[in-house]
Amino acid sequence: MTVYLPIAELSVNIFIILGMGAAVGFLSGMFGVGGGFLITPLLIFYNIPPVVAVATGANQVVASSVSGAITHFRRGTLDVKLGTILLIGGLLGATAGIWVFSWLRSIGQLDLFIAILYVLLLGTVGTLMLNESVRALRRASRNEPVTLKRPGHHTWVHRLPFKMRFKKSKIYLSAIPVVALGFCIGVLTSVMGVGGGFIMVPAMIYLLRIPTNVVVGTSLFQIIFVTAYTTMVQAATNYSVDIVLATILMVAGVIGAQYGVRVGQKLRGEQLRALLALLVLAVALRLAVTLVVTPADLYSVSIGSF
Amino acid sequence: MLLKPILRSLAFAAAIAFFAQTAEAQVPFGAATTAKEGLEIGTSTSEIGIASDFRGADLTIFGALTNADELLLAIGQYDVVVTLEGPLDYATVRKKSRVLGIWVNTESMTFEQVPASYSVAATRQIDDILSSEGGLPIGTDHMRLSPTGYVGNAGNLTEFRDAYRRLKLAGGLYQHDFGGVRFVSSSLFRASLRLPANVPDGVHMVRAYLFKSGTLLAERELPLRVNKTGIEQQITDAAHNQPILYGIVCVMIALMTGWGASLIFRKK
Repeated sequence: MTVYLPIAELSVNIFIILGMGAAVGFLSGMFGVGGGFLITPLLIFYNIPPVVAVATGANQVVASSVSGAITHFRRGTLDVKLGTILLIGGLLGATAGIWVFSWLRSIGQLDLFIAILYVLLLGTVGTLMLNESVRALRRASRNEPVTLKRPGHHTWVHRLPFKMRFKKSKIYLSAIPVVALGFCIGVLTSVMGVGGGFIMVPAMIYLLRIPTNVVVGTSLFQIIFVTAYTTMVQAATNYSVDIVLATILMVAGVIGAQYGVRVGQKLRGEQLRALLALLVLAVALRLAVTLVVTPADLYSVSIGSF
Repeated sequence: MLLKPILRSLAFAAAIAFFAQTAEAQVPFGAATTAKEGLEIGTSTSEIGIASDFRGADLTIFGALTNADELLLAIGQYDVVVTLEGPLDYATVRKKSRVLGIWVNTESMTFEQVPASYSVAATRQIDDILSSEGGLPIGTDHMRLSPTGYVGNAGNLTEFRDAYRRLKLAGGLYQHDFGGVRFVSSSLFRASLRLPANVPDGVHMVRAYLFKSGTLLAERELPLRVNKTGIEQQITDAAHNQPILYGIVCVMIALMTGWGASLIFRKK
């Protein structure tokens, strides 16, 4: 059964899109990630224009992050003040990102830029994650105690001015690195269509030394607002959010996520991380191949003067 | 009293005979005849609605030659070309080349005001019809493709024009059917043009050209309105006309889906 996507302007098989949404939802539930970094490349592989894939990916992340954020808010593992400071940076970053996005599109380099950014980011994160999880697995097999390494309690980050007290997180921290982190994630959200949790969570733990229990909830809080904002700005400036595509992906995604969570609870943390790392690397590799392999046609046509 | 009409018809016959004899050496507009050939056309519809299950459509164009010479008709000296031109817009062609091992768009050329879609049907090969008439922008091979701005390399121009035509023909938005115009009687013809599934909406132009021995004699045009209907078009309209509201709706759907799922699955 085919369905016409009005913004992407092409007909697709609804079952493939449903399957994609469910599979990514399953994985995002299993690994506790938003799934934007998987859904956007998958859509691009399925010939959805990257402009639409990125904007629609951001919209999909809104849906996949809501239930998690609600849960964390109820449990009290969400620092609203910290989240708001992150969010200020995030909104600024998303605005800057949209500007860069439109500019790249006008000079015809957007698709390339998205692909390179994905290869670099997924390649780096995947390699680091695989490295870490393999070491953890080795340690576990040798029955050594698994310790989370937190070297040196104070780094240069903690010597910056404009310090603020975050009661829920029980830390005293400069607003500058928080806003800067939010800004970077905001740029990634608007340019890549990702929530950015897979970068924000490690950065909050290792760079800002924010207690682990509030990290996931607080990052989800920031992600919801930044992805929602990005969706609206993408819709207003690039007309590139496909509501039909997004709805199919979201519905399949949230259902898939519920089953993913159940499977995830049965697997061990380091096994999960190793699997996720392999998946991330596979996506990066697939995108890298498209950059290097000679295209079927060297020419392309686009309507309009840009 | 009877003499006058008889004389008139004799004069007419003589004029036609003269016309027929000198047809090969015809001077375009200097014909000393009262009977200049003309062309009338009509289309099967003036408006096409595109619903969600649209898989393309055929447009039939009927036409009649007026004051045509029977003899010239019989030996096929008249040719008709019918085109359907979509809304005009700029189009940019980009070319990739390898930079540090990666394929990058390095060159581009923008053509001004080219039709988004273009179908052409003719009684025979366009190149055979246009043989004596240079520079008429009819048919995909001859249509005007003028680049905007400065073009440094003229060799590039041909290359980009060819790429543009090839891509548009391959994508189905440009098509030609030589032999798609048929005479159904001595002076009546019928042409059918194909509208592809991804035909752009807006006002299209049906144009018919009458040629005699390679010379353009007459030209007629009729507008054809292509309107997209159905839910898809409403969505596209909303996305372009009320983008903020559209964005808000997208976000609301996402929030409700996420929240709804957490409610449903918690009860279980």
